[in-house]
Amino acid sequence: MAIDLTTEGLEPADRPVTPIDRGPRNAVREFDEPVGWRRVARYGLLAALSVIVLFPIYTTVIAALKPGDEVLDDPLLPTAFTLDVLREAWTSGHLGRYLVNSLVVAVIVTVFQVVTSVLAAYAFAILEFPGKRVLFLLFIATLLVPAEATVVVNFQTVDGLGWTNTFIGLSAPFLATAFGIFLLRQVFMTLPRDLLDAASIDGVGHLGFLRHVAVPLVRPTLGALALFSFLGSWNQYLWPNLVVTEQDMNTVQSGLRLLSKSNVDQPNLVMAGTVIAAVPIFIALFVFQRQLVKGLTAGAVKG
Amino acid sequence: MAADRRSGRRWADFPLAIAMLLPSAVILGVFVVYPLGRAMVLGQQRCDNFGNNCVSNGLDQYVDLFRSIEFQNALGVTFRFALITVPLGVGAGIGFAVLADKYLPRIGSFRTVFSSTVATSVAVASLMWLFLLQPSVGALANMEWFSSIFPSVKDPGWLQDPGTALVAVGLSSVWANLGFTFILVTAGLQSIPRDLHEAAAVDGAGGVRRFWSITVPLLGPTLLFVVVVSTTRAFQAYGEIDILTGGGPQPENPTTTIPYFIYGQNSPIRNDVGLQAGSAVLLFVLLLALSGLQLAGIGRRVHYGD
Repeated sequence: MAIDLTTEGLEPADRPVTPIDRGPRNAVREFDEPVGWRRVARYGLLAALSVIVLFPIYTTVIAALKPGDEVLDDPLLPTAFTLDVLREAWTSGHLGRYLVNSLVVAVIVTVFQVVTSVLAAYAFAILEFPGKRVLFLLFIATLLVPAEATVVVNFQTVDGLGWTNTFIGLSAPFLATAFGIFLLRQVFMTLPRDLLDAASIDGVGHLGFLRHVAVPLVRPTLGALALFSFLGSWNQYLWPNLVVTEQDMNTVQSGLRLLSKSNVDQPNLVMAGTVIAAVPIFIALFVFQRQLVKGLTAGAVKG
Repeated sequence: MAADRRSGRRWADFPLAIAMLLPSAVILGVFVVYPLGRAMVLGQQRCDNFGNNCVSNGLDQYVDLFRSIEFQNALGVTFRFALITVPLGVGAGIGFAVLADKYLPRIGSFRTVFSSTVATSVAVASLMWLFLLQPSVGALANMEWFSSIFPSVKDPGWLQDPGTALVAVGLSSVWANLGFTFILVTAGLQSIPRDLHEAAAVDGAGGVRRFWSITVPLLGPTLLFVVVVSTTRAFQAYGEIDILTGGGPQPENPTTTIPYFIYGQNSPIRNDVGLQAGSAVLLFVLLLALSGLQLAGIGRRVHYGD
């Protein structure tokens, strides 16, 4: 299934070629392409909705670029321009430190989730052993448990191990995920059985097959899972708020919360912090758009 | 003999399988299964004010907790929050996706805009809306024309008025989740074969007719997923409430959802692990029942194709 949120920037070979997936810049007019005033109305509506969607982002950026005494003047117009507030948010808000913390935690979580998911998914998809179906259902059942229901006890566990204010404490509950196991199992199951037979005739064991054949073949799904894991970890809010009590160990999310709660009277400073926290993810998602779509839609759409 | 060989094969992969499953099993066991079971045990205990001298109170403890005014309030807020955000969020996702599904030059730019909020974390999105909605220093309050049409945005402020606080938080939440829903529905729309639409159009079916007779039925599985995920998210809403209202305004606490009741700063049970665990278990049961109902109710009518 080809999903192109934007076709700009794709290599020619990546451009959808089937009639179903023809991109927007097609020479042939589609049968339901709006023409005349319908086209104008459609663009008008799309533009109006875009303005509404972008409005909170726009006012945030405008506020972040204004000096403190002018932020109330006209929220819509960049009447003054300064980078001082961004600089102040960066230094006094310790955002650089928080970004690094979030990055470290997200990388740990992503690497562990991908590795543990690959291993378990391979066992469930390729290996034969007694009790496989029951075990698989047990694993998948953990998806039904909301994080909010386990946080109380997980905090006790992590606290008891002395892991508060540590990277391991921030990441420990998220080092494996049934979502990833399920996702990868589905793609491993589509690998032709002949490949495994050929490998075993050549004397390659399961681990060699996994490493040199299976993993390279499912790389796109691995990318999608990695992005999904990274975002999930980056966006954690409740957990870091509980586990972090030392300022230096805050993640971007809990640090941003701290910044806003302690600078209620300085909206432009808080907005500058918000911009700094948001920019890396906006850039990353723009670069990895297709993996993102694949990751998000993996559970939703058949095919 | 054949049976022996088969059972030998059955067990041949066993050690390797266990080794491969072990890392995930340990993590999921320690941080999902154990805490759920432990929370169930903790949740049925009644302790003194210092959290000591706990005695088991069995299921009665859950009944008492469920019936308490505080939990009932949080339960009502949670349901209202879901009733605001789920229809609005799913409706907006479908509307935006259908609008941007036409073949038009530059449509990709609009799709990028509509999916952009997926890049905002709950803290980022909520702080943007906090700045929009604050009564004195906020953006909307300082836009003359807007605050003259809606004076309440300035006094007392939509987040400060007990009547509008939950709707305001809901709007921020719908906005924050729009990108996610939009991407899902767009993907669902693109998986519908174009020839179906083309054939129906040839037969004289207009856009509205095709939307209800082709798009909606074939979008079924996607919509089911979006509804279930949106509901789950609504029931787990915590960050937006923490940043926008802190569960208030006091004393009505019209935005204290169940998660905020359990973990929030002003929570009356903040220092009582037993009641926290009990509430968490009730939340789990509630979500389980709700997802089951949705899967059974909508799921039965969803068309999965062949």
